Amino acid sequence: MLEISQLKVFHGVIEAVHGIDVSVSEGQCVSLLGPNGAGKTSTLSAITGTAKSTGSIRLLGEDMTRLSIEERCRKGIAISPEGRRIFSNLTVRDNMLMGGAMRRDRAALLSEIGEWFERFPILGERAGQMAGTLSGGEQQMLAIARALLSRPRILLLDEPSLGLAPQIVAKIFEIIRELKSRGITILLVEQNAAAAIGVSDKVYILNNGRISRQGAAAEFGDGSDLMDELTGVHS
Amino acid sequence: MDYFIQQSLNALSFGAEYALIALGLAIVFSIMGLVNFAHGEVIAFGGYSMVIMGTLLTNNPFVLMVGVVAACVFASVALERVAFRTVRGADLTTGLLTAFGVSIILQNLFLLFGSPRPIAATQFIFLDRTIAIGSIRVSSLQIYETVTTLLAILALMFFLRRTTLGMAMRAAALDFEMVRLCGVRANRVIAGAFAISGLLAGLACIFIMARRGSVQPHMGFDPVLVAFVACVIGGFGSLPGAVLGGFLLGITEVAVLILLPQSAGGLAHAVVFALVALVLIWRPDGILSPAREKGDKI
Repeated sequence: MLEISQLKVFHGVIEAVHGIDVSVSEGQCVSLLGPNGAGKTSTLSAITGTAKSTGSIRLLGEDMTRLSIEERCRKGIAISPEGRRIFSNLTVRDNMLMGGAMRRDRAALLSEIGEWFERFPILGERAGQMAGTLSGGEQQMLAIARALLSRPRILLLDEPSLGLAPQIVAKIFEIIRELKSRGITILLVEQNAAAAIGVSDKVYILNNGRISRQGAAAEFGDGSDLMDELTGVHS
Repeated sequence: MDYFIQQSLNALSFGAEYALIALGLAIVFSIMGLVNFAHGEVIAFGGYSMVIMGTLLTNNPFVLMVGVVAACVFASVALERVAFRTVRGADLTTGLLTAFGVSIILQNLFLLFGSPRPIAATQFIFLDRTIAIGSIRVSSLQIYETVTTLLAILALMFFLRRTTLGMAMRAAALDFEMVRLCGVRANRVIAGAFAISGLLAGLACIFIMARRGSVQPHMGFDPVLVAFVACVIGGFGSLPGAVLGGFLLGITEVAVLILLPQSAGGLAHAVVFALVALVLIWRPDGILSPAREKGDKI
């Protein structure tokens, strides 16, 4: 599905990721875990085309590296980015319409937006409200809905639980589990290792721009033995 | 009372012209952070196109009006393609210098292929008549100008709120990269902004031509300079700010002209800009700063 090999990511002249290989199969949820500054967000930025990179990124066998940001989205890569980046100056409904802005089947898009409003009634109630007035958790739901309304082949989730209250975090992971059960392919970047491992099939641990460990989620248990690697503190 | 109504209309029509041009600057700036000083040359291009079309094709003023607007849209979109696309993403100064460069090149082309002296183009002058509404005598051009501007603003609001491209433009003013991450093509959004900017320049061009009855290489530069000030007062990058700034500037200008004694008429501009300076001390980002408007929670 998504095959990344020898990926190096650059911010200006600084190399943030030093040649990693990641692969995500159809319908899988794969987690990319690691401490701050490990290169997780950089990796996602390279996939979406917002950061400069070398190496290869293939989606369904097709090379993405030469495509622009918008073309990659049109090929099926959608992201709920770090910090959510909802359009706070647009209404909740218009944010969702932006998610499906490139689609031509407007009737289907509108009915899907209706479905999202049923699933998250709080967003439905606030459909006409400016998105900037939503709480953090609501903004996260909106960001996920916006990404999925482009009907992606793969959904990238960057720190969906960051800065949210524990009950909301639980709700977000419930949503991720549900998306997975609907067959949506997910690449998840998280700080909350235990929760991420719980929803994942496969886990990569990223440290200083390199993959330090990888394997099936079951091998990682509840993630408690990852403390050293994830905090960057070596005891 | 008559005098008051006449002067109010005067102020509104001045303000309307500034607002039209200021909106054209603001819509481009809000999306790509470019202060398009070549906007005035787009207006002049419309004027010269009118001369050419008037000589070669038709003298029908309504056909010419459509032609002028089309020429301005074409010029604006073409400038983006040729000059501004290459500096997209560069910093503010690079864009500003590019715009000045384009402006100078175009002015010189108008000088070379046109004439340094005004060329008459009087087809739109019929718009400017004195008409009587009851006992009040007013200029018809001022009414057309005010009404057209208000209609243009309403149409623009509808476009920005109801259409996908319009929404993408508003979203792009906040976070262009995120708009691209939604699969919206950057070139389309930017070309759309330049097309709207050109359309507004075309409307302004019609009214400028109706008032002047002639074209000149530098005819666009002064109005754009004033519109730039209107944008600064309103809050650069804010569309409502551009409209507000334009009208405020028009009203202030007329008020100053009325209030100043005749002998001090030459000081009108100085007084207006002193007031502008005071506004900026009170609100350095302009009255409606875009950051405030975007409603960021941060």
